[in-house]
Amino acid sequence: MDFNDSPEEAAYRAKVREWLDANATLRDPDAPRANMLDEAEGDYVQKAKDWQLTKHEAGWACLRWPKEFGGQEATAMESVIFNQEEGRYEVPPSIYGIGHGMLGPTIMAHGTDDQKKRFLPNMVKGDEVWCQLFSEPDAGSDLAGLKTSAVKDGDDWIINGQKIWTTGAQFCKWGMLVARTDPNAVKHAGLTYFIVDMEAEGVDIRPIKQMSGASGFNEVFFSDVRVPDANRLDAVGNGWRVAITTLMNERSSIGGSLGGGVGIKDLVKLAQGVEINDKPAIEDGGVRRKIADFAVRRSGLKYTGQRSLSALSQGATPGPEASIGKLVAAIMGLEMGEFGMELQGAGGILTSDEAGADPAWQHTYMAMPGLRHAGGTDEILRNIIAERVLGMPGEPRMDKEKPFKDIPSGTAR
Amino acid sequence: MNFDFSEEQKLLQQTAKEFLEENSSLVHVREIFEADAGYSKALWKGAAELGWLGVSIPEEYGGAGFGYLEAAMIAGEIGAYLAPIPFSSTVYLAAEAIKRAGDDAQKTKYLTGIASGDLVGTMATTEKVGSLTEKSINATFDGSKLSGTKLPVCDGDEADFAIVLAKEGSGLSLVVVDLDAAGVERKKLQSLDPTRAQAQLTFNDASATRLGAAGEGWDLAQDVLTRAAVLMAFEQLGCADRAFQITFDFMMNRYAFGRPIASFQSLKHRMADLYADREVARSNCYWAAWALENDHEELREAAASAKISASDALDHTTVEMIQMHGGVGYTWEYDCHLFYRRGKVLAHTLGTTDEWREKLVTKLIEDAA
Ligand SMILES: Cc1cc2nc3c(=O)[nH]c(=O)nc-3n(C[C@H](O)[C@H](O)[C@H](O)COP(=O)(O)OP(=O)(O)OC[C@H]3O[C@@H](n4cnc5c(N)ncnc54)[C@H](O)[C@@H]3O)c2cc1C
Ligand SMILES: Cc1cc2nc3c(=O)[nH]c(=O)nc-3n(C[C@H](O)[C@H](O)[C@H](O)COP(=O)(O)OP(=O)(O)OC[C@H]3O[C@@H](n4cnc5c(N)ncnc54)[C@H](O)[C@@H]3O)c2cc1C
Repeated sequence: MDFNDSPEEAAYRAKVREWLDANATLRDPDAPRANMLDEAEGDYVQKAKDWQLTKHEAGWACLRWPKEFGGQEATAMESVIFNQEEGRYEVPPSIYGIGHGMLGPTIMAHGTDDQKKRFLPNMVKGDEVWCQLFSEPDAGSDLAGLKTSAVKDGDDWIINGQKIWTTGAQFCKWGMLVARTDPNAVKHAGLTYFIVDMEAEGVDIRPIKQMSGASGFNEVFFSDVRVPDANRLDAVGNGWRVAITTLMNERSSIGGSLGGGVGIKDLVKLAQGVEINDKPAIEDGGVRRKIADFAVRRSGLKYTGQRSLSALSQGATPGPEASIGKLVAAIMGLEMGEFGMELQGAGGILTSDEAGADPAWQHTYMAMPGLRHAGGTDEILRNIIAERVLGMPGEPRMDKEKPFKDIPSGTAR
Repeated sequence: MNFDFSEEQKLLQQTAKEFLEENSSLVHVREIFEADAGYSKALWKGAAELGWLGVSIPEEYGGAGFGYLEAAMIAGEIGAYLAPIPFSSTVYLAAEAIKRAGDDAQKTKYLTGIASGDLVGTMATTEKVGSLTEKSINATFDGSKLSGTKLPVCDGDEADFAIVLAKEGSGLSLVVVDLDAAGVERKKLQSLDPTRAQAQLTFNDASATRLGAAGEGWDLAQDVLTRAAVLMAFEQLGCADRAFQITFDFMMNRYAFGRPIASFQSLKHRMADLYADREVARSNCYWAAWALENDHEELREAAASAKISASDALDHTTVEMIQMHGGVGYTWEYDCHLFYRRGKVLAHTLGTTDEWREKLVTKLIEDAA
């Protein structure tokens, strides 16, 4: 058991630091930071693109990817080292998580050579950003219940329907879309996966205002949108299998983050600065026990990440422990936000800092409910742990045998 | 980086598991439990023969000279099999205290005795109900004689010697006392889990020798408790893993409403949460094991985190174990209550979970300054 870098890892880390030092400024590690994309402001898209291009030109982009697509064929550990180090610097919030983390790997696994050549190098360079067109109003957790249709017309497919909750669609060039190509087949068999040009005629992107007030996601309407058959990924009817590849990658990339921009140090400082019963809150036993419980979960998550990394660095795949990350992090983030507000007493409901309150807690409180849904809800994650990790029986299903068109779905009106 | 146990360490764990499967069956645990027999002498002898008692004792004192990672592997299996032996008292506490602060004569006598299986040791700190503080200590040591009362002392009725926290002058010291000596009175106390028996020890001018320097007893005791907490957390995690597995197997085979109860989502989701609790605890335990093995400055924080999360995971698991078994979970005949009892006893040994939370937060505040 050894936490330290191997000599090769240490050398690599030094090289990364040297480059980052020359190209970015170190961040104040104690400053709470907004890490939800929807909190980003101003020209963040252009800034993110510029930073991606800088990394690309210096050979630090998509490190694990094959060289022929613009990657560096680095090891998993090297790519993690780069991310760890990059996290210590003042860099724009990434707009590439979905593309680089989920969609790129899906193209690598299921795409044709032409598709890989056409799409992957531009994804690395970053001038083309990608979004994930999976969820629909009536198909979220029940993704395979989606209804957006694709009908063959010569060498094209005609897409009609609606996607929703599409993060980043407003600035994306490409989207990965799952559509129903055969409503007479059973549910999971009638799906096909497509690459869609978000600038094509008939694509209508409308921002959705989130409960936090920001608009990180959108609804996307498709009216007779033409997609060339060359942009179909994998075989007709194979869409579910391809979608699972995307989702597996989603879990591992989302699981990596700890959720929320606030940390244990912030909590200690807050408790030192406010009072309960005329004494600093940090002297209150109840407050102290709660902080300890947050700290224990935080470190537990952090070292769960290290266990996965360790498996990666030994050339093994991370074990099932990786699946708890987002579930634990989102709930804890929400509770930490609530607790930070609680400590601020009556002022805890204020969302600007004019009155001396620190609004990072309120932002966390408003952002975490979204994280509990995104990338699989808490309940779906518990189903996955129970069924896939532990091997407990699945739910009784009413939707397995019939043609899709005969299955009830969505909200009864 | 390699944040995992080595193949040799995992092999040691496998051997421990096989030995305990054979020699610490729940039937055997129950025999000790119902006979109120204190501990299993046969199992203790076996553990000594396998070299477990001296696992982290240096070879010059008859030990195996392994590190703490090996001890952690064994501790996990001791917990899984509810091994009815004074392993934690002797190995995590007594041996550790002597190793850290004993002089050569003390080391020769006690470490060699522990490694060979001849001596059972324990540590006695608390004197009454309520939490352990410096002010709560009234036992006194005058340089050669010990007086006062300690309770509850785990394995105190059976141990050959004890490490005792006592006042010496204006400070506190740790002393070693042989429990068969004149002036020592032992009284068995009834407790939740008779296989981890508790006692009251009363000293009336009993002969004792100091461990380490006068006045350093409190810090030394805290240091020993911190180190012991890491191994205890592994024991708790092992116990939780097994309680979970037994529950899981039961759920897969128990049918209600025409389905295995393992197919009901309200139960599945709780099992998923118990899984997450144990993974959080396991990761903290790994961190703590690494800090202990390397005497790292993060040890205090890591040990407290491991102890807290392992106690919580074990508490949740045993409560749910009974619940998910239905009515039979509440019977004497089913083993659920053995885990429920043992789990709570382990959570209170070395200080309660709230006491560890207090230690952790004290450290976090220091770090934030
Ligand atoms: C911030 C944010 C960003 C997102 N970004 C994207 C994106 O970029 N692309 C994209 O395609 N989607 C995106 N989503 C959509 C997200 O994946 C879905 O919201 C999620 O899968 C839940 O689907 P739903 O909203 O339809 O809720 P439903 O599936 O209708 O769920 C409603 C409730 O029922 C529960 N439920 C449903 N099925 C079960 C079951 N079998 N067992 C137990 N409980 C169940 C759910 O857990 C939930 O609590 C995003 C969502 C959010 C909040
Ligand atoms: C102290 C005590 C007193 C009792 N007194 C009486 C009495 O006077 N008269 C009498 O007739 N009975 C009595 N009982 C029996 C009691 O009614 C049953 O124990 C209880 O109904 C559970 O049934 P079971 O033990 O067969 O467990 P099971 O039904 O096998 O349940 C095992 C576990 O599965 C869960 N479970 C089962 N079905 C579902 C489901 N559909 N969804 C989610 N979870 C599920 C249960 O909640 C439990 O956690 C008593 C039980 C106890 C413990």
